[in-house]
Amino acid sequence: MLLIRCPYCETERPELEFRYGGEALLERPKDPALVSDDAWTAYLWTCKNPKGPHAERWRHVHGCGRFFNAARNTVSDLIVSTWRVDDSPPANFDGGGA
Amino acid sequence: MQRFSFLQLLRQSFRNHEGWEPQWRAASPKAAYDVVIVGGGGHGLATAYYLASEHGLRNIAVVEKGWIGGGNTGRNTTIVRSNYLFEESEALFEHSMKLWEGLSQALNYNVMYSPRGVLVLAHNTTDAQVIRRHVHANRLAGIDNEWMTPEQAKDFCPILDISRNVRYPIVGASLQRRGGTARHDAVAWGYARAASALGVDIIENCEVTAIRRDAGGGVQGLETTRGEIATRKIGLVTAGHTSVVAAMAGLRLPMESYPLQALVSEPVKPVMPCVVMSNSIHAYMSQSDKGELVIGAGTDAYTSYSQRGALHVAQHTLDALCELFPIVRRLRMLRSWGGIVDVTPDRSPIIGKSPVEGLFLNCGWGTGGFKATPGSGHLFAHTLAKNEAHPIVAPFGLDRFRTGALVDESTAAAVAH
Repeated sequence: MLLIRCPYCETERPELEFRYGGEALLERPKDPALVSDDAWTAYLWTCKNPKGPHAERWRHVHGCGRFFNAARNTVSDLIVSTWRVDDSPPANFDGGGA
Repeated sequence: MQRFSFLQLLRQSFRNHEGWEPQWRAASPKAAYDVVIVGGGGHGLATAYYLASEHGLRNIAVVEKGWIGGGNTGRNTTIVRSNYLFEESEALFEHSMKLWEGLSQALNYNVMYSPRGVLVLAHNTTDAQVIRRHVHANRLAGIDNEWMTPEQAKDFCPILDISRNVRYPIVGASLQRRGGTARHDAVAWGYARAASALGVDIIENCEVTAIRRDAGGGVQGLETTRGEIATRKIGLVTAGHTSVVAAMAGLRLPMESYPLQALVSEPVKPVMPCVVMSNSIHAYMSQSDKGELVIGAGTDAYTSYSQRGALHVAQHTLDALCELFPIVRRLRMLRSWGGIVDVTPDRSPIIGKSPVEGLFLNCGWGTGGFKATPGSGHLFAHTLAKNEAHPIVAPFGLDRFRTGALVDESTAAAVAH
């Protein structure tokens, strides 16, 4: 069970209070009708799925209910930092390479 | 290859069993191969075997970063079944099921395929509707599957609790009698032995570190921890690590990797004659020939390569099993472990060509790849040899995520996704 710090509640809470929201920092094409099938497929389906640092979304469903971002290492499961969606990722975070 | 037979056993008995040879050659990598299979699990070894036995290719290598069968082949719960919902999946998994039935004979190696029956439990009206729909779909496709009342289910598996006043009451079940289990290690070893005898090089402790490509972007070779290997054709069969290896060729796939857990109990006398699985509470259980109860739990909520799962995930499964099978309540768990499963958005595998010339994919089997081992290898070998997807795997190409022709089997697997 992970301990996750909610950047809104500013407390560390057990994983059961949260719901995983998948890869973060994705940008939805502004006008989906104008992008190619390949670009839409890349946005909709493909994942970085990196072995190492991963930027991901979590939602504090059994707390404040808000979405936030986290940087977690997918090998050690260590959460390096969490930040509010309107904040920038930590400066030293490489965004999940791969 | 030393064939196994009664006569051979007798002969070796008189020689104090000192005359048995190693089951496969320990090969070192050559400079070049016609085809290199990356990943020495069941699927990869089966692919190599069928490439050699059915398509006449001989200059083949299987490279494995650890030891063969040491990844998900050695970590699954050994269940074999073909009761999937859609026609595309039915064809794929039934093809595999037919190969299981004759596999020990074909390989001259006992893979201990045991068609002891797979019972799928329904706990509420929705479950019953979904499972009956599977039964009907399977019967239309000529695949055995039948609906049972709770009493019939209990007759088949006497340790089930079918009383009504419990948390997960049983309102019915489906039974695929040809489903069952097989010995996971034996499958890898049997294919390795048969492939090696046909000249396939099985190279262990050989981790791929880069995929080399020519000016046109096509595959040129591999860099490994045991040197460079030149090849124009690579079959990527690296369950649990596919995104990582595919990234070496600049490929990004529709796939995420999650830890999936399994446990075994202390060994007890035979109590369980079949496999029981429950979709709603994502638990499944069977008994190994050694007597351990083999238990499959769920996946963690988040992607990870950690090869261990969270305790609360396993606990949820054990809570439910203690209620379904009151007899197991005082059993102790002997071991628990995790394997990394590559899950695709539609929970169906990806088999076929990739956008990189010469790079072929056989991946994304999610939580249920073991049952498909023979069929996957057989059909992927065809695809590699002919440069064209076998008709059965044609619907499972990577392109389906662009065209939208998904094979959405998320309801057919036993664990929640």
